[in-house]
Amino acid sequence: MVDITPADAVPPAEVAEVELYHPHSWWTKYVFSQDAKVIAIQYSATATAIGLVALVLSWLMRLQLGFPGTFDFITPEAYYQFITMHGMIMVIYLLTALFLGGFGNYLIPLMVGARDMVFPYVNMLSYWIYLLAVLVLVSSFFAPGGPTGAGWTLYPPQAIMTGTPGGQDWGIMLMLVSLILFIIGFTMGGLNYVVTVLQGRTRGMTLMRLPLTVWGIFTATVMALLAFPALFVACVMMLFDRALGTSFFMPAIVEMGEQLQHNGGSPILFQHLFWFFGHPEVYIVALPAFGIVSDLISTHARKNIFGYRMMVWAIVAIGALSFLVWAHHMYVSGMHPYFGFFFATTTLIIAVPTAIKVYNWVLTLWRGDIHLTIPMLFALAFIVTFVNGGLTGLFLGNVVVDVPLSDTMFVVAHFHMVMGVAPIIVIFGAIYHWYPKVTGRMLNETLGRFHFWVTFLGAYLIFFPMHYLGLMGVPRRYNELTDMAIMTESAHHLNSFISIMAFIVGFAQMVFLFNLIWSIRHGREAGGNPWRATTLEWQTPETPPAHGNFGKELPIVYRWAYDYSVPGAKEDFIPQNVPGSFGPSREPA
Amino acid sequence: MTEATVTHIGQAAPRPAGLQGIAADWSSDQRAFKNVSWGKAMMWIFLLSDTFIFGCFLLSYMTARISTRVPWPNPSEVFALHIGGSDIPLILIAIMTFVLISSSGTMAMAVNFGYRRDRRKTAILMLLTAALGATFVGMQAFEWTKLITEGVRPWGNPWGAAQFGSSFFMITGFHGTHVTIGVIFLIIVARKVWRGDFDIGRRGFFTSRTGRYENVEIMGLYWHFVDLVWVFIFAFFYLW
Repeated sequence: MVDITPADAVPPAEVAEVELYHPHSWWTKYVFSQDAKVIAIQYSATATAIGLVALVLSWLMRLQLGFPGTFDFITPEAYYQFITMHGMIMVIYLLTALFLGGFGNYLIPLMVGARDMVFPYVNMLSYWIYLLAVLVLVSSFFAPGGPTGAGWTLYPPQAIMTGTPGGQDWGIMLMLVSLILFIIGFTMGGLNYVVTVLQGRTRGMTLMRLPLTVWGIFTATVMALLAFPALFVACVMMLFDRALGTSFFMPAIVEMGEQLQHNGGSPILFQHLFWFFGHPEVYIVALPAFGIVSDLISTHARKNIFGYRMMVWAIVAIGALSFLVWAHHMYVSGMHPYFGFFFATTTLIIAVPTAIKVYNWVLTLWRGDIHLTIPMLFALAFIVTFVNGGLTGLFLGNVVVDVPLSDTMFVVAHFHMVMGVAPIIVIFGAIYHWYPKVTGRMLNETLGRFHFWVTFLGAYLIFFPMHYLGLMGVPRRYNELTDMAIMTESAHHLNSFISIMAFIVGFAQMVFLFNLIWSIRHGREAGGNPWRATTLEWQTPETPPAHGNFGKELPIVYRWAYDYSVPGAKEDFIPQNVPGSFGPSREPA
Repeated sequence: MTEATVTHIGQAAPRPAGLQGIAADWSSDQRAFKNVSWGKAMMWIFLLSDTFIFGCFLLSYMTARISTRVPWPNPSEVFALHIGGSDIPLILIAIMTFVLISSSGTMAMAVNFGYRRDRRKTAILMLLTAALGATFVGMQAFEWTKLITEGVRPWGNPWGAAQFGSSFFMITGFHGTHVTIGVIFLIIVARKVWRGDFDIGRRGFFTSRTGRYENVEIMGLYWHFVDLVWVFIFAFFYLW
């Protein structure tokens, strides 16, 4: 444990200095920028903007569910369109883009000690294609027939039939084209993130010295590069079914008393392709959150992360296992009992590495010097929310429990807890943590605490009651529940309560956005390392980091990222680029 | 036991051989693949991702084919050419495959001459590769035309399951697109080699980075991958 890393253990430089692209004009510096930090901000801003659209859509849905029959403009068709666009935007265009495109771009080069991504030009293209994908998606709101209302899973055959909003209009086509563009754009960025982590690290930075944030983003990106192909193929094939009249997914089917041209396709094939992407996607969003939250907890509890190696292997194991569980989303589609058995088993096995991570977070906090800063509050809130969502996941992973619960609000509650609220809470925590590095100023503390408590308690009050609604048998995806026997008086009251909470939580996000913009000019000056953190991004000569990140010389790494409260050291943290003689490294041997 | 590894910037680093070497590389700093440049690593990882795309396409095609309840058109009849009074099965596809595999040979030679700094031969061989690739796409266009005139459409055909035409056009089209993109980039890289960009350190128009003769090899990786994928498409579509 107390091995002193000798300074001469760091080998001589092997990687050639990257040829940086130096911008010549305002346009190439701020708009068509090849600097990963600018690209990260572009990604984040675009994702936030489209995320606001999703937020408004969720309000509209809650208006209808909480106060049925009050709002005439929310027709059943419109409600389905809101569901579809809300789900798709949140999962792909917000969470995936923000974690990988936003945090990945900003943090990977800084944390591994690189000047930039390995191929900045390709990285830049990645953003502009992502922007194009978002614009195509937004354009479907203004297309004839409106956006698609197929549900965010876009299941055929209904996704491309007349009765579904956008099915025989432009909606579904624009959705599919947008997804295809997103995947192309993401691949360009994702290749950069992976190669930068594997091949672009600075001297002394071994894989086992990477901050867990980088491990989370790296593993998620590898998974995305292997999972998005399935979605790409599914989108291409459905596009052909809709545009050319092929029958990949369309069986022989009668619509409005008329036999359609389609014949012999397999809707289940689409489900397999979609969920081969869809399940890893859950972890593509979750793993960066796991990594970031580990760093937040360690930094703000002034204690090294408990079981670093186990944390790394748990991330890798979750990533690998998540490719073997996709059919647990298809229990209700029907499958051979042995398949159900297999997929239920693999699903429950994922609970093992996940539980390791939760225990390690808690053990990191154990007897730590816990500072209840805003990032720390969000990190703690994440653990609470994630454990809740994870436990209901154990229910739904079992076939016999899943089948009756599958089409109820219980599922909505489960996945909003585990992949909606939990990762977004980490995003908030991460923004409060790294905003000082990005802008040089702190976010306003009072507004931040208000934002935290309203968001955390509010989100819990939104989604926790939904479990009860689900257990009562309240179905999901229904826009009108008034005349159903299961909808008791109290269930209606609960629905209205949830809707009111949704508005309050949404309002808190406006406060957060105001804080983001206001603090750029009026926030307290942060200095280079306000959290007294060890990782390389806090050791840059300038804040915000200048073009090329690290001044003349790249940093040399002598220790792991978690040397907090080292006995015998002068301060309670030792940055990664401080040589061994300044104090022992507690890096596990 | 140690062997010297030459990195692309010309430094030799001693490292153990075998599994121990792999472990040593992955636990070292800076890069996990010690003698692999950024560009080459990126191409390999892209190809891995692309493998999943073709894998999903082929698996979907196989699913459609084994689950169809109407007859699947017989490939040896459908893809036969009427030459000299008799139907020769798979003749066109045999020639196409031969052409594409040959282009892999010329590509490999181009890589070899590239590392010998033989600009003329490298460029000529790359252009020859591009020409063979273009020939392949041309013959594919001929095959598509023939099938279309015989009544094969994405949504149906005269002989059986509609999925035959849809999978055929989709998968060969996607592969043909890969070949076409390859041909375009072969011509671009060949021009750079011919002009001597990699000797004088001329910067790229878009990326403003200098290139190396290794770019020929990276181009070759892509090209060999496209050929390899064709072997699978050939086996699953024409021989099954």
